[in-house]
Amino acid sequence: MKSYSLTHLQELESEAIYVLREVASQFENPALLFSGGKDSIIVAHIARKAFFPGKIPFPLVHVDTGHNFFETIEFRDKYIKDIGANLIVGSVQQSIDEGKVVEEKGFNASRNSLQTVTLLETIEDHKFDCAMGGARRDEEKARAKERFFSHRDDFGQWDPKNQRPELWNIFNGLKNMGEHFRVFPISNWTEMDVWQYILHEKIDIPSIYLAHERDIFVRDGVIMSSCDFIEQRETEPTFRKKVRFRTIGDATCTGAVESDADSIEKIIEEVAAARTTERGTRSDDKRSEAAMEDRKKAGYF
Amino acid sequence: MDTNSYLDMELLRFSTAGSVDDGKSTLIGRLLYDSKSIFQDQYEAIEESSKRKGDETVNLALLTDGLRAEREQGITIDVAYRYFATPKRKFIIADTPGHIQYTRNMVTGSSTSNLSIILVDARHGVVEQTCRHTFISSLLGIPHVVFCINKMDLVDYSEEVFDKIKTDLEAFSSKLNVKDIHFVPMSALNGDNVVNKSENMNWYQGSTLMYLLENIHIGSDYNHIDCRFPVQYVIRPKSEKYPDYRGYAGRIAGGVFKPGDEVAVLPSGFTSKIKTIDVMGGSLEEAYAPMSVALTLEDDIDVSRGDMIVRENNQPTVEQDIDVMICWLNDKKMVSRGKYAIKHTSNDVRCIIKEVKYKINVNNLHRIEDDKEVTMNDIARIAVRTTKPLLYDKYSRNRTTGSLILIDEATNETVGAGMII
Repeated sequence: MKSYSLTHLQELESEAIYVLREVASQFENPALLFSGGKDSIIVAHIARKAFFPGKIPFPLVHVDTGHNFFETIEFRDKYIKDIGANLIVGSVQQSIDEGKVVEEKGFNASRNSLQTVTLLETIEDHKFDCAMGGARRDEEKARAKERFFSHRDDFGQWDPKNQRPELWNIFNGLKNMGEHFRVFPISNWTEMDVWQYILHEKIDIPSIYLAHERDIFVRDGVIMSSCDFIEQRETEPTFRKKVRFRTIGDATCTGAVESDADSIEKIIEEVAAARTTERGTRSDDKRSEAAMEDRKKAGYF
Repeated sequence: MDTNSYLDMELLRFSTAGSVDDGKSTLIGRLLYDSKSIFQDQYEAIEESSKRKGDETVNLALLTDGLRAEREQGITIDVAYRYFATPKRKFIIADTPGHIQYTRNMVTGSSTSNLSIILVDARHGVVEQTCRHTFISSLLGIPHVVFCINKMDLVDYSEEVFDKIKTDLEAFSSKLNVKDIHFVPMSALNGDNVVNKSENMNWYQGSTLMYLLENIHIGSDYNHIDCRFPVQYVIRPKSEKYPDYRGYAGRIAGGVFKPGDEVAVLPSGFTSKIKTIDVMGGSLEEAYAPMSVALTLEDDIDVSRGDMIVRENNQPTVEQDIDVMICWLNDKKMVSRGKYAIKHTSNDVRCIIKEVKYKINVNNLHRIEDDKEVTMNDIARIAVRTTKPLLYDKYSRNRTTGSLILIDEATNETVGAGMII
């Protein structure tokens, strides 16, 4: 008898398509958070597949800290144009200018935590009732218990002890006025799955994921990009090294790894042999053992 | 691991249930550690925590306790999902707590699993908790169950102890609907028969747990006989290139669909033929569960979300009076004669609870007929009447078209998990 089975990537893709179609059906005004990082690119790619030959029936939203790698923004703008999607930008700089948040000062200053305010404002301004993102459960232990459909109260807060049970593939997106949902279509993907999928589907990604020569300096054992947004100490000299980024966040808190992996195939080999998690280069997670859980409760992505 | 072999891997979802001291977290830690799925920074973090707590060895259990409250109390209160891969398969673990007050978490974790791992402490044998976990696995229709007889090191790796427990479990399981059962004697702490074969139990000729996880046949776990396609979303581009395209998007819940198949659309009953099965980049010759596709039909008939496309000669039950095994998930008890919203496949209906027929004592499977109050973690057989007919199969026949959730209309919370009988 013929065996009807799917590979694990096909099954994960099918699950993500299913989730995206549920969002389009259950919510009136959803949006897809799009940072130009690989995980949000994957979700956008799967969204194209889910509604083909129609267009993606919701806008893409970028919460812009103003401290970006320029390669990411260049990629973002080209990508949006190519797929004919609608992009909305929420600006952290604007939140700072309007006095809604206060910028951190000093050597380790980062706008990462300020994103939360801008994100919640953008959601409110545009009356989005659902914000989708590319977060994965394998990234961090607080995310291991996140639902596909994650309910947020009218302050945008997440209550990990009072989550709605999620059974089978039946998603409950019902809510009261003012509340919204975060939805994570690629919850069940790992870093390895993401790279394999990028290779298999020939998906374009920003060039800084691949090994390249860059001016860097080292802080607390993490390789940081030398750039205008970060104040370097005198004891932190600039080098030129061949590096790549495993994740792309705000430039002030995303570290690089030394690497010769200048193709997707080589990245996959590198990921398979890696001895640290991908967020190991993120200084924002290292602030305390429960750093991610605390930020998520406050409404961080 | 080379690129091509990775693309050929299957996905196995399994659940584990256990309480604080039966070694479940240690077992998962062991699976992750011995399959080299733990990263150096994770290992260093738990090494550091273990030292701080004064543990002599690195406590692998710390890997699985995610939330702060759990780390503080040393318990697992929610379902946590873990991921690892071997060259053969990718695994998703739904890790759930085992105490009776967390029955609902077990039900949640089991709902998407192909396989369930049930830990038995070799010193204590079959206890209430073992029966409860086995019953829930059976109730949720998990096709494969692996009993791990753990802590064999504490009973001198005795074959007699293992055989006695195995006999007891076989007797209990025969009362249940579990298709495929395995028994593995092990010590998760020392790694005996988890990934590597034990040198302390030469009398055991069977497989290690990892071998079972990598090789159990899961290709037949989906129903490939009864064609069921719940319509989730209608794709209508109305673009220059596709002015008249109408694609019915959904995830196949059962059977095999091919272009040319004669189909009926329920509940209207109109018939047509499948014209194409579309995905981005082309059309398919056939599609089966759990693929997400878009169907187009030969005839222009009215189809919308909540409808179901099936084969003309093999249709689901269409009924308003339905018997359901329900697991209650909320701390507000079920209101008898109460009204609730139902989500079933892509359908939203309302229902009234007509009757609680009996509750089940999950520790010994006895029916409770004198107490019909359904509170959190209870499992009960109830009768409901829906506002419009559901298109369903029995849960034992199809886990997608046979499952539903009950929602409290005042709070919007998911309060019940139902399996249609």
